[in-house]
Amino acid sequence: MPEGPAPAPVVQRLRVRYAKRGRLRFTSHRDISRAVERAVRRAGIPVAFSAGFTPHPKISYAGAAATGVASEAEYLEIGLTEPRDPARVRADLDAALPDGLDIVDVVTVRPVRTGEAQAKPGALADRLEASEWRIRLDGVASDDAASAVAAFLAAAEIEVERLTKKGRRRFDVRAAVSALELDRRAEETADAPCAILRMVVRHTTPAVRPDDILTGLRQVADLAPPSPPLVTRLAQGPLDADTGGLADPLDSDRENDQPSGDDAEAAQGSALPISGEAVSADAVSA
Amino acid sequence: MPVESIFPRLEPVLPRVQKPIQYVGGELNSQVKDWDEAEVRWALMYPDAYEVGLPNQGVQILYEILNERAGVLAERTYSVWPDLEAIMREQGIPQFTVDAHRPVAAFDVLGVSFSTELGYTNLLTALDLAGIPLEAADRGDEHPIVLAGGHAAFNPEPIADFLDAAVLGDGEEIALAITEVVREWKAEGRPGGRDELLMRLAASGGVYVPKFYDVSYLPDGRIQRVAPNRPGVPWRVEKHTVMDLDEWPYPKKPLVPLAETVHERFSVEIFRGCTRGCRFCQAGMITRPVRERSITTIGAMVDEGLKQSGFQEVGLLSLSSADHSEIGEVAKDLADRYEGTNTSLSLPSTRVDAFNITLANEFSRGGRRSGLTFAPEGGSERMRKVINKMVTEDDLIRTVTTAYENGWRQVKLYFMCGLPTEEDEDVLAIADMAKRVIKAGRDATGRRDIRCTVSIGGFVPKPHTPFQWAAQCDHETVDRRLKALKEALRTDREYGRAIGLRYHDGQPSIVEGLLSRGDRRVGQVVRAVWEDGGRFDGWSEHFSFERWLGSADKVLAEHGVDVDWYTTRERDEVEVLPWDHLDAGLDREWLWQDWQDAVDETEVEDCRWTPCYDCGVCPTMGTEIQIGPTGKRLLPLSVV
Repeated sequence: MPEGPAPAPVVQRLRVRYAKRGRLRFTSHRDISRAVERAVRRAGIPVAFSAGFTPHPKISYAGAAATGVASEAEYLEIGLTEPRDPARVRADLDAALPDGLDIVDVVTVRPVRTGEAQAKPGALADRLEASEWRIRLDGVASDDAASAVAAFLAAAEIEVERLTKKGRRRFDVRAAVSALELDRRAEETADAPCAILRMVVRHTTPAVRPDDILTGLRQVADLAPPSPPLVTRLAQGPLDADTGGLADPLDSDRENDQPSGDDAEAAQGSALPISGEAVSADAVSA
Repeated sequence: MPVESIFPRLEPVLPRVQKPIQYVGGELNSQVKDWDEAEVRWALMYPDAYEVGLPNQGVQILYEILNERAGVLAERTYSVWPDLEAIMREQGIPQFTVDAHRPVAAFDVLGVSFSTELGYTNLLTALDLAGIPLEAADRGDEHPIVLAGGHAAFNPEPIADFLDAAVLGDGEEIALAITEVVREWKAEGRPGGRDELLMRLAASGGVYVPKFYDVSYLPDGRIQRVAPNRPGVPWRVEKHTVMDLDEWPYPKKPLVPLAETVHERFSVEIFRGCTRGCRFCQAGMITRPVRERSITTIGAMVDEGLKQSGFQEVGLLSLSSADHSEIGEVAKDLADRYEGTNTSLSLPSTRVDAFNITLANEFSRGGRRSGLTFAPEGGSERMRKVINKMVTEDDLIRTVTTAYENGWRQVKLYFMCGLPTEEDEDVLAIADMAKRVIKAGRDATGRRDIRCTVSIGGFVPKPHTPFQWAAQCDHETVDRRLKALKEALRTDREYGRAIGLRYHDGQPSIVEGLLSRGDRRVGQVVRAVWEDGGRFDGWSEHFSFERWLGSADKVLAEHGVDVDWYTTRERDEVEVLPWDHLDAGLDREWLWQDWQDAVDETEVEDCRWTPCYDCGVCPTMGTEIQIGPTGKRLLPLSVV
């Protein structure tokens, strides 16, 4: 039985924020992982492979928005066998992916310094404490949506039922919601009735998904959208207990990639542009 | 006239269907050209689900060749699953292309590639959803020309009612020629309407227009004759043969789907045609002569295709890939080039030949040696002589012994059941062969973990082959023989558990047989099945034998024929066959002689290495065998 040579070791790890937009929101998690693997090859990025008879590229994914859900903030990690400039990887990988799967941000994972246990990089998944969602409900009048939101926030507990991998489960959706608001700005520009909800939902087990929130809104206020909701994940990250908003989960890695003052400022400035909007004046903290 | 995208209507319903990604397009290397700038617009269809249709080489090649031309636009459409079909009907959403989501009915030509007859009902679904009348006779000037190609189009008679035209053979040149005829006719202001366009296509001799031919029948149901019904239409329509594959190095930019498909690899055809002369093999008969792509073009295509796609696997396609005159060099040089890049190479369709182990070893350098596949096709020596599969049992045992010695642990063997002149013992001989294979493996390695999988398909006689006159075996007999084989393997204590058996029951083969050798009277059977809900007949979960039999009984009774008449009946030499006016280049007398040789168990050599056996293709079609060696080698790729 022939044995292959030992695979090249990982010398640099990158964390990547990507978006799935438009019609590519119908990609499944598996579709995305195939597309990313191919894009990495097309872009000539020196990805590391696992050992064994069927080597796999070292690319791991932190959660994934469901098929049909758009996202501005999905995350993955790539292990490289040769060092690369994150900015160049961002551009090359983005160019190699189909339009609609877009690379938003790439940072180098802060390296492990021997002898300093606390310098070990935190797992990215641990930093993704919550998601900010936008749900567009076509055909729903904003006043109906507003009263449903009020009823939802007024409730102490809202139990919904959903088929999970472990069978039918009932769970509370209210506690996971740290913010929920009606976005009044959007409806002014829409021709037909349309309500847009924005919310911050903690990542819990079982996961409370946007459609669970909609189920909750239907239960508390009979809110029944006539057409399928358009759901977009706007951000993921550590939850700021004071503001109820989300911080950029890549910020703590970003210190690595600050070659000069100007670049550093630009990088910081671009971090999570929507985080300020997440808690507008009439948002209610849970 | 602007044509609007139907996507705004499709998008809201996509969350309600399975695998919505298959309907959204946007694949890497797909193209959307400007509608109004195009003078000729093609919708290319593969009449099966996206996951099967997308990797199809024929469609990808034509898509690229047509889109490369200025003023020509090509988009793709596939069969929608019944869940989306129901919603499309409910909401009035028409059959659409996945590229720009344009309605199929708005195109000039709807070109449909039929690899198998089991896609016929799916054609009707697409036409109906598109709002195109099912019957060609009911179409007007505003409807696309519905054109069939692919191997099944060598006998398009069972779907003649639904087609405006069909083409035989390689599509590259004829697709462009048709484009020019359409362009000219449109530029002239569409003189004479649809019929004039079809007439111009028919008069070229390379496009079959069924409605310009009348079929008359004898009182006993056989065909009396097929004749043109107007002047200027040729008596016979010829197939097309691309003569220099190095001049047509497509696909250059393979489509890379987001959805999961049946073949996730970049495929390069290393040659077309095969003259091994296996008598059951329609592909080997209708694609003659052998035309090789050179080692240098293969190398360049693999290099470019991988860069363009990011695929991790390369398949070297052909009907018998190890027969390329420089396959050893191709295998070694590609394996050298891509060593250490996690790119895998595969060689489908190989012969029972120790040389293939050498090739397989090259392709698995440093990787797992899991399984090797060989196709003896017939279980007994006698059966293999009948089908002209020139491999002895000793050849096979030598080959598998080498394979096991080289670290391969599993061998897969392909056979057919229901072959002409087959007896029960011919099928039982498969069990003996499989046992010898296991024994050889155990002896060679001293190990017990040797496996062999036997995979069996039902034989269906095909047009343009020596077996076109043969009686198809009835499905009861096929099932009985398979059951006896299963029992023989199950009860064998020494080897039985090391041998796996895979087979399908015989019923679908009978329907395939009806559609393969059917004539125009079968068209209304297809329609009746479709109206009764028949869809995706190539999928066992959708296929209904009862529906086909019921519809066939009803429709065929008025003609005094039945399913048996089309399938299990042997034809004699003088019978007019439904495809006799369609010319694959094969001399009818040669085919008949080959059929007689089959019954006499006489083998015929490959004309690549022996004198010509006068099958007729080269002189009739003005073609010739094109093979190497070129003596060239592939250089290492320069490091980027």
